Amino acid sequence: MKNGALVFLAVFVALGLSWCGFVLVPARQLGGAKQTTILNTSDLYPVGRPGEANMGLQVYRANGCAACHTEQVRQSGVVCDVVLTSPGKNPVLVSNLVSTLKLNGLDKEVADAVSDRITAAGGKTEIHIVATGPDIARMGWGTRQSVAEDYLYDYPVQLGGLRAGPDLSNIGVRDPDANWQLVHLYAPSSEVKSSTMPPFRYLFEVRKIGGTGVSPVQTGETPVPQPSPDALVFPKGFGPPAGYEVVPKPEAKELAAYLLSLRANVPLHDAPFTP
Amino acid sequence: MTEMKTQDAMAGSPDAKINASCRVPLLALFGGAALWLVAGSVLAMIASIKFHAPDFLADCPFLTYGRVQPAADDALLYGFCIPAALGVMLWIFARLRRTPLCLPLVAVAAANLWHLGVLVGLAGVLIGDGTGFAWLEFPRGSSALLFVAFLLMAISAVATFGERRERELYPSHWFLLAALLWFPWIYATGNLFLVAWPVRGVAQAAIDFWFGNNLLFVWLGLVGIGTAFYFLPKFAGRPLQSRYLALFAFWTLILFGTWNGIPAGAPLPAWMPALSAIAGSLTVIPVLAVITIVWKTLCGSKNVVSSLRLEDSAHPSSVAVLRRVDRAAAPSRGGPFCFIRFGLASFVLASFMLIAMACPQISRVTEFTWFGPAQAQLQLYGFFAMTMFGAIYYVLPRVAGFEWPFPKLARVHFWISMLGVLLLVVPLAIGGVVQGLKWADPNIAPVDVAGATLPFLRVSTTGLLLLLLGNLLFALNIFGLTIVWKLALLKKAVAIVKAPLPVHRPDKIGTAAGGEIGAPASSTAAGRGEVNT
Repeated sequence: MKNGALVFLAVFVALGLSWCGFVLVPARQLGGAKQTTILNTSDLYPVGRPGEANMGLQVYRANGCAACHTEQVRQSGVVCDVVLTSPGKNPVLVSNLVSTLKLNGLDKEVADAVSDRITAAGGKTEIHIVATGPDIARMGWGTRQSVAEDYLYDYPVQLGGLRAGPDLSNIGVRDPDANWQLVHLYAPSSEVKSSTMPPFRYLFEVRKIGGTGVSPVQTGETPVPQPSPDALVFPKGFGPPAGYEVVPKPEAKELAAYLLSLRANVPLHDAPFTP
Repeated sequence: MTEMKTQDAMAGSPDAKINASCRVPLLALFGGAALWLVAGSVLAMIASIKFHAPDFLADCPFLTYGRVQPAADDALLYGFCIPAALGVMLWIFARLRRTPLCLPLVAVAAANLWHLGVLVGLAGVLIGDGTGFAWLEFPRGSSALLFVAFLLMAISAVATFGERRERELYPSHWFLLAALLWFPWIYATGNLFLVAWPVRGVAQAAIDFWFGNNLLFVWLGLVGIGTAFYFLPKFAGRPLQSRYLALFAFWTLILFGTWNGIPAGAPLPAWMPALSAIAGSLTVIPVLAVITIVWKTLCGSKNVVSSLRLEDSAHPSSVAVLRRVDRAAAPSRGGPFCFIRFGLASFVLASFMLIAMACPQISRVTEFTWFGPAQAQLQLYGFFAMTMFGAIYYVLPRVAGFEWPFPKLARVHFWISMLGVLLLVVPLAIGGVVQGLKWADPNIAPVDVAGATLPFLRVSTTGLLLLLLGNLLFALNIFGLTIVWKLALLKKAVAIVKAPLPVHRPDKIGTAAGGEIGAPASSTAAGRGEVNT
């Protein structure tokens, strides 16, 4: 090895190439990303999560939810559906024509041609863009693929790599009820039969109803024990014993707020669809 | 320790000197590594049982699945794989340079610092302080400890490398030196860009993918293959076939392998997964080169190679290696050789799984399934840990100067681990493919897909159980050896104390005992106590 320094330099460059490609360039290209506008509107996206949801992201991270859940919807492509909005002046002719045509799952060109034929017959149509792929059409985990903008304000970005459970990109759209989310966290099998998700009971407190209420000595009368407004409402057969209630700790509330804030469901330039 | 060194010098052989210089650092590295290995197995068992019974340990926040699972992976990777790699690396450097280890005390300090870092890191992950980035979960404090420890270790290794008594570079040098450079680079990048001053948005995911691939595939590949290339000629009784092919494998590995790891479906600009897919297909080249080298080196090794022909060999480095082959070890193909052969087979399989996952058509099915964890476990356990077991079983008795206390358990360890790896990886990989196919199959209700993987997960728990047993046997051997060594030291110290010599003896006792107080090892506290008393 007469040219030890030269060899070292070559190794350095060979390794450094991938560093430039997959660290430096994305850090510059994606790290400087800005908000984008929702397709066909002037609304900005994303607008950042509410403070409680942002704290919930830290609960999500601390408990390693990403070990089993992804936050990325895949898409294999887009197709166009032709939708008849009004049969026009000659409904019989149009409906006869429509019944002979294939309206769903078309290429852009075919969809345009179909639309033109219906328009020529007097009907009015719209062309809807639909994202395809098992994640969307079959599992119902979203309406479009996930794109870089969806994670713009998140730290840490929790893409996840394994789906031992369902994808959560749009869990806030699928199950927008905070009580459902909390009950599911406390006792997953109460909401999803034969769920393999471990229960997160340590994020909750089981206590006597009225235990923290105003003491009777001060008011001079015996109050009826009032359940906490935060207490979970369970499906039949899953609640705590009578006289007790399950109240979420702040972490559980934050986590639920984060889950409800997971809504990647607006059309973007990178991921168009017709809502 | 100085005393021990001089005694060995009086014993004369340079090999003994090299071994003595490595003794304390390697015992510190391997002892702690064995401990983390067992700890990691226990954590992995806990995580796996949760799929049988989600309620298992559910009320303990420290042991929730999302903390135990990464902690188990980190204990295996940072606790066992990397310290074992560093120990083997130091020894190979010393042997190939035919010089005692330089700065052994720095290496000892680094070993203890490393194990402390792992302890702090694992505790951090379990109390919920993990960073949330795959393979980089350790909180920043422990990452800093690991980084400093690695640099100290690298200083000792590079200083040893600089002591040139043997001018020629052996192929293993390339792999191991590149690994010494690459780990601080990727580890610093990961921690600076993701934890200290995080980049914005999904660039975090891109850097994490890059880091994970470069640590698991490239770094472990460099060290594991470099180690295997050192031991293969010893076991085969003939030089590596050939040196040039090995360099070819090296260059193609660092040129192409480093670009893998961006999954096809990631929400990143399209050029990134595309580039990764191309790199994936090119990664076939170094893997084929490694297969060829191993094949050509091992096949035909049954021919008896006369020492005369060795002297005539064209490559001085290979002669040097072969001259050092212990007469007893050369024909022996059991023990360490089995581990390293299995490790190489796993490397090939794990690499092909990685390459398959980079192919967009296949990744459409395997992405987000158990196929990914199966590949990672095969790489970590089947390839790397097994290669390190082989190396440690070979190195440690020579370094410590004692035979393994339970040599039969080493054989049992091999069979149990092999079976364990197969039972862990094969069901997960098949389960992953089944899972991926069922997601796309419109005839199966979506809720049934998750349940379909459960039988596979349950079989893989058996694999983990076997691995835990095997690791216990390994730890038993390591700690047995450490205790034997400590007892011998104690005897020596007692002999010195009892020796009826006047005048200058007392301060000699001081040096011997003082040297041992400085001796390391989280693992050997009991033994140290004995020496101190």
